[in-house]
Amino acid sequence: MINKRIDGPTGTETVGHEWDGIEELDTPMPRWWLWTLYLTIVWGVVYVILYPAWPLIDKATEGVLGWSSRGELAEEMSVVDQARVTVREELSRIPIERLPENSGLFAQAVAGGRSAFQVHCSQCHGSGAAGSQTLGYPNLNDDDWLWGGDLKAIEYTLVNGIRAPGVEDTRASVMPPFEGAFDAAQLDALVDHVLSLGGKETRNPAGAQTFQDNCSACHGPVGEGNRELGAPRLNDAIWLYGGSREQVREQILNPKMGRMPHWSGRLDPVTIKMLSAYVWSLGGGEEFVEVAEDPAVEVDEEP
Amino acid sequence: MKNRDPGRASSAPPRREGENRDWSVVVEDGRAKTNEPVSGAVAAPETTTLRHEPHEPPRQHLPTKLFEKRTKVHNKRIDGPFRRFKWFVMFVTLAIYYGTPWIRWDRGPYAPDQAVLVDIANRRFYMFGIEIWPHEFYYVAGLLIMAAIGLFLVTSAVGRAWCGYACPQTVWTDLFQHVDRFVDGDRNARIKLDAAPLGPKKIAKRAYKYTIYLVIAFWTGGAWIMYFADAPTLVRDFWAGEAAPAAYITVAILTLTTFTLGGFMREQVCIYMCPWPRIQTAMMDEKALLVTYKDWRGEPRGSVKKAKKNPEKFGDCIDCLQCVAVCPTGIDIREGPQVGCITCALCIDACDKVMAEVGRPRGLIDYATLEDCEKEANGEATRPPWKALLRPRTIAYFLIWGSIGLAMLFALGARSHVGLSVLPDRNPPYILMSDGSVRNSYTLKLRNMESRPREMEIALQGLPGAVMWTDATGRDAAARAQIKAVPADQVLAVRAYVIAPEGAATQEFSFRLISRDEQRESVETEARFDAPGGGE
Repeated sequence: MINKRIDGPTGTETVGHEWDGIEELDTPMPRWWLWTLYLTIVWGVVYVILYPAWPLIDKATEGVLGWSSRGELAEEMSVVDQARVTVREELSRIPIERLPENSGLFAQAVAGGRSAFQVHCSQCHGSGAAGSQTLGYPNLNDDDWLWGGDLKAIEYTLVNGIRAPGVEDTRASVMPPFEGAFDAAQLDALVDHVLSLGGKETRNPAGAQTFQDNCSACHGPVGEGNRELGAPRLNDAIWLYGGSREQVREQILNPKMGRMPHWSGRLDPVTIKMLSAYVWSLGGGEEFVEVAEDPAVEVDEEP
Repeated sequence: MKNRDPGRASSAPPRREGENRDWSVVVEDGRAKTNEPVSGAVAAPETTTLRHEPHEPPRQHLPTKLFEKRTKVHNKRIDGPFRRFKWFVMFVTLAIYYGTPWIRWDRGPYAPDQAVLVDIANRRFYMFGIEIWPHEFYYVAGLLIMAAIGLFLVTSAVGRAWCGYACPQTVWTDLFQHVDRFVDGDRNARIKLDAAPLGPKKIAKRAYKYTIYLVIAFWTGGAWIMYFADAPTLVRDFWAGEAAPAAYITVAILTLTTFTLGGFMREQVCIYMCPWPRIQTAMMDEKALLVTYKDWRGEPRGSVKKAKKNPEKFGDCIDCLQCVAVCPTGIDIREGPQVGCITCALCIDACDKVMAEVGRPRGLIDYATLEDCEKEANGEATRPPWKALLRPRTIAYFLIWGSIGLAMLFALGARSHVGLSVLPDRNPPYILMSDGSVRNSYTLKLRNMESRPREMEIALQGLPGAVMWTDATGRDAAARAQIKAVPADQVLAVRAYVIAPEGAATQEFSFRLISRDEQRESVETEARFDAPGGGE
């Protein structure tokens, strides 16, 4: 209450302080401003009644509307789940051969498969499905398929696994170890020949003979491989366990053979279907040759 | 202006507080200072700029008043050139606001036919021939900058003209004040009705008036949402109860705000809530036009009768208070420029009318610059008010404003309606194929900004020997270029696989997008091709 004076030009009282000659007018607030204060108090009371407000020991007051952010999230999640149910139902109905024809559903399947892949497959094949040569996990982006690269073959592999113990229909093949079967010169010639199949070395007739006698039954006369047996193609640029002389020799003497678990029983058929679509879509997927005309494949339109 | 009569200050209207105060004069540094309140209009010009030396005034306790009741404004009807201009601006602005969403504009079958549409769901903004995508939001930023500089321009030239004529708060307040006048009569009738006890007649009149308020408010809120959806469809959906909840909530909120701000708050919004008056006040200078009372001509005030007896003792102001009666914010312009004055110039109309009746020259209250006022008071020659518009500051603002506008128009005219963005796969960066060739994968986004589907060609530039295919075609169709049909007004995401023969090195290349129509618009985006051994 000190130093108050009336300001000349406006006739308003000042607040009583002065800063370098500048004084502040003590203009009264408009009365409706007070009403907004009362309004916020009313608002606060109503809010406390309707919504969770007061924190108590183990939870807050609930409010008569029963609203909670967790409940809202659950509701949104269930809406998303509902939407997924429809897609999954459609996916379960369509045979996998016909999936690419329905581009919308296919895109949904690829998207679903991508997230399932990150959970179940990326541990070995990598998050980009690039595999690992040092560990012998195949790259799924390329066009080299040990057991076949069409949708149906991929799905079969997923369902039954590769060399999965205790699975009757699992994809299985064994390459015998040739430790002690060849002498050093024979082995060298054989490695030469194997590498020459992919154009990396010059041809070696002695190696060719050894190959003919020991390897061509499975890998084929020119190393074209055999998908029925899971015998890898040797006349290409892709080497699952490495393409150096040392690595090829090691693979002949003590072959490494990868394993993949079977997913039937662990993942539902729709998820497996989505995973197949995703792997197929990575850029190396192969077309079915005969399916389009195959009358045996029936589309089950009804659930 | 100098040596004014010291006794004149006492002719100012008596103040509410401090009637029994001792108006002692403090003498400091040989200079007399008074603590007596003086109206800005009658104060000697020095006192407004003079700093008060720190001094101890006589101690006293004034009654503390924290809150002030609003004095209701009952503005009187007036006619004149400025009122007519205000009518004109009001009709134009209201017509624009209510009518714009109903203007149709044919954009073909793939785009909405509403001339102005903010399509939030599809993230498009349509304005007649212009369509803005979200990535072109800088045009909207440019418009906002133009609006800001436009405000500078208008303010430096004609003061708070925005406040006086075009501001929505002013326009709707004006509209609601006309409703008051239509229902309750002019100023005196309204004052009488306000003072009258609540009876059936008053209740009926109030109910009638508030109903009209509500209809206007609802119409205003309803018109707003029309900008965000197809207007005829939305109206149908709205009344059928099928519109989005956001539509009903928006209409409810805007109805409430229009009803409150236009019907009741009115000038309180300008005086207490709005930041513009403060900002605009800071942008005005002594060369800006503003509505001002020429106190050297008007003071001392006196009635016509008194002035007849002592013509030399009185100024032109006959103290008829018509300027106060017509003011929509209820201020007294004779107290000088103030934050409550929205410069609507209705007081000029009122004063000119009175001056004509009493046979004195018009313009006691007039649009003038402070500089011209001073000249006029000193008897120097003045120039017509419109000349005040042409000065370096306004011209500079206009040039800046105009060049931004031209630059935006040019950019809008010259912009490309295709776009291509390239997102390379980084995991894995490349894939070795069984024949030894190397494949890279990219996600391409093809943007078609025309309102019709277009065929576009994506072609490889550089990267010798390489071919590409897309997720839709398969490797059998690999070629140097692929053709895709991009839907109207959409972005099409395409997975592209580029394969280069064995031995290709890591290198830069680019994708080129060309529209296969008469426009032949094209855009080129750089990308990188990764190969084994490269860049490691």
